[in-house]
Amino acid sequence: MADTTREAARPVPPAAPAGPKRAAPAPRGPRLSRRLTPWLFLVAPLALLLTFTYAPIANMIAYSFTDWDGVSPELSYTGTGNYTELLTRSELFEVFLVSGYYLVASVVQIVLALYFATVLSFDVRFRHFFKGVLFFPYLINGVAIGFVFLYFFQDGGTLDSVLGLFGADTDHAWLGTPFSANTSLAGVSVWRYLGLNFVLFLGAIQSIPGELYEAAEIDGASRWHQFRHIIAPGIKPVLSLSVILSVSGSLSVFEIPYIMTGGATGTETFVIQTVKLAFQFNKTGLASAAAVVLLLIVLAVTWVQRRIVPDEKVDLV
Amino acid sequence: MNRRKALAGSIAVLALLASACTGTGGSAKGADAKAPDDPSAVKGSITVLTHRTDLVQDGTMEKYAAEFNRTHPGVKVEFDALTDYEGEVKIRMNTENYGDVLMIPAVIEKKDYPRFFASLGSEAERAARYRFTDYATVDGKVYGQSPIGVVPGFLYNKKVWSEAGVTDWPTTPAEFLDDLRAIRSKTDAVPYYTNFKDMWPLTQWTNVNGSVGCDTGATTALAEGDPWAEGADLRVGDTLLHDIVRGGLAEKDPTTTNWEASKPKLAKGEIATMWLGSWAVVQMRAAAEQAGTDPADIAFMPFPARKDGAFCAVTSPDYQQAVNVHSDHKEAARAWIDWFTDKSGYAAANLALSPLKDAPLPDVLKPYEERGVKLIDLDDTKGGEVKTIDNQSEVGIYKPDYRQELVDLARGAREGGLDDFFDDLGERWAEARDSLGS
Repeated sequence: MADTTREAARPVPPAAPAGPKRAAPAPRGPRLSRRLTPWLFLVAPLALLLTFTYAPIANMIAYSFTDWDGVSPELSYTGTGNYTELLTRSELFEVFLVSGYYLVASVVQIVLALYFATVLSFDVRFRHFFKGVLFFPYLINGVAIGFVFLYFFQDGGTLDSVLGLFGADTDHAWLGTPFSANTSLAGVSVWRYLGLNFVLFLGAIQSIPGELYEAAEIDGASRWHQFRHIIAPGIKPVLSLSVILSVSGSLSVFEIPYIMTGGATGTETFVIQTVKLAFQFNKTGLASAAAVVLLLIVLAVTWVQRRIVPDEKVDLV
Repeated sequence: MNRRKALAGSIAVLALLASACTGTGGSAKGADAKAPDDPSAVKGSITVLTHRTDLVQDGTMEKYAAEFNRTHPGVKVEFDALTDYEGEVKIRMNTENYGDVLMIPAVIEKKDYPRFFASLGSEAERAARYRFTDYATVDGKVYGQSPIGVVPGFLYNKKVWSEAGVTDWPTTPAEFLDDLRAIRSKTDAVPYYTNFKDMWPLTQWTNVNGSVGCDTGATTALAEGDPWAEGADLRVGDTLLHDIVRGGLAEKDPTTTNWEASKPKLAKGEIATMWLGSWAVVQMRAAAEQAGTDPADIAFMPFPARKDGAFCAVTSPDYQQAVNVHSDHKEAARAWIDWFTDKSGYAAANLALSPLKDAPLPDVLKPYEERGVKLIDLDDTKGGEVKTIDNQSEVGIYKPDYRQELVDLARGAREGGLDDFFDDLGERWAEARDSLGS
């Protein structure tokens, strides 16, 4: 890599003025342009990153100190007023209880994904087919999933008729009560994101050298022993990444409940609540503050997790 | 570590920069959109933003434009149909580029109208000719005109109701509930359909306001009193909705309802009743035609309450059309609004109330006329205040949430009693009003 950059940089040297440092001794020219080259390659992605990630965040932080309603040309600076309001209204944080459902669901999701990834990394019949089946839901657009599952959970819909085939009681409003609705929605979320976890795990497992299994088998290790002592430690970094992602994901669940129930019947999550504050009650300032608070919470949770489970170098051999 | 600090620093700088340019420069305040003296001489190309995606797609709006061009040959009209009208326009209005003619989104506060829209004239002059002028009046000047007026009411399937043995309109909520019970026991139809999942149909219940007490000052009462006080209009309406659901007279699983699917269901008599507005009659009749049932079965009745022996129905405007204050072709834009309101026949095509005061009632409302239903225009001077209180309190009488909670409460998916629920709403309402007053 380094060689090619030097090659690319060579045509530029002393002849072309390399910025204001023209007067610098001859060797500095190529060195400077060599240092500049990677930045040149980075200009486009950095510009995109700044424009579409950091500038909006900066804007949002700025709004969180105002009473802006989202459209009025007039806005006034309210200092930390929005943050005080947020922190003194405890009912705004009650919605985090809903995240509990998704947290439990993500445990199920990780265990399932780990199980499937382990099984399918060995030689199983139709393994590629099953890999496809498991990963497929992740490729579907979230909005489509929301609509499909609305029909699925409908009174007398797919789920009811399938249960009916087994003679089970089919008269159930799946999204009818807070418990049932949240469980159903969390189930959809497991269905959707299982594939992503699965692929991550599968990739990690396959990077473990095959000789290890052979050696283990010769030593008389069962499949469980192989999992316990080879696979689990081998994919630890990916595992801890998945846990972090699913915890922060559980705190900021949005699209599935928003599309399917709009937050009705006790399925409102913190992000849905923020969206409603901003676009329904026109409290953009307060909503921005809520978004900042969520960001801080997610950062804090991640930091705590990293503290508890530090990132270690994996060394199997 | 160093690099991280630099990054944090640059974010801080960006934040400062961003805060410096958040204030949009909409300082053009108080322009007028005058009606052109000579329609054939107006020139310019105008863009009309509309929420009627259906009419743009099926070419109806193009036909209106062609008709308009007969008298205004110099104006080129283009339409921009937005599916999520409110959401998209709200964002576009942070710039100067939001069409030449647009519907005033609900999010714009009344006091900001002069910043965003050009005035169509003084209220004194317009009120003589048009309905609903005070909904868009700021300091005596009118900024928007609704092309149609609607009347809230229950859409019902006449056949189903008569099968249940009900032919006369119920006159009290209790009678209405009895009738729904009769429908439940004597027919297969769902007596009442909430359309819970699609949310906005639930907001229609706020239009009960005014129908119960037959008071043109009902909106002012919202701003000054407790909307959920004993006997207040909203309490009467919300109690009826609660009792319908509590009594098992609504659909079994409200959480997976479907608005589009509900139309043919009403037409076929699988649903007996829905609380909407007169605007829905056309859609339901179209659904009946598609389903092969008789469109004449779709009928319309007022809220079951009478004052001095007469039913009352409140007329209210749809979206108000307005001229963008930054438009380069304000005369052409104004000409379009005037033509669309007065001459297009849009109101008649939608079986809606014409915004012209002297126009006859549409056919849908003929039964209203025959039975002496009083149509009242609410005084909207405090309308802006009501919206501000509504947002500040996060109650949302124009939003679906609290009625979804009400339905959940009624069907036992949420704990608590109805009285406590109303008390809580009233308290939040009063608190918000006090905080705004101070």
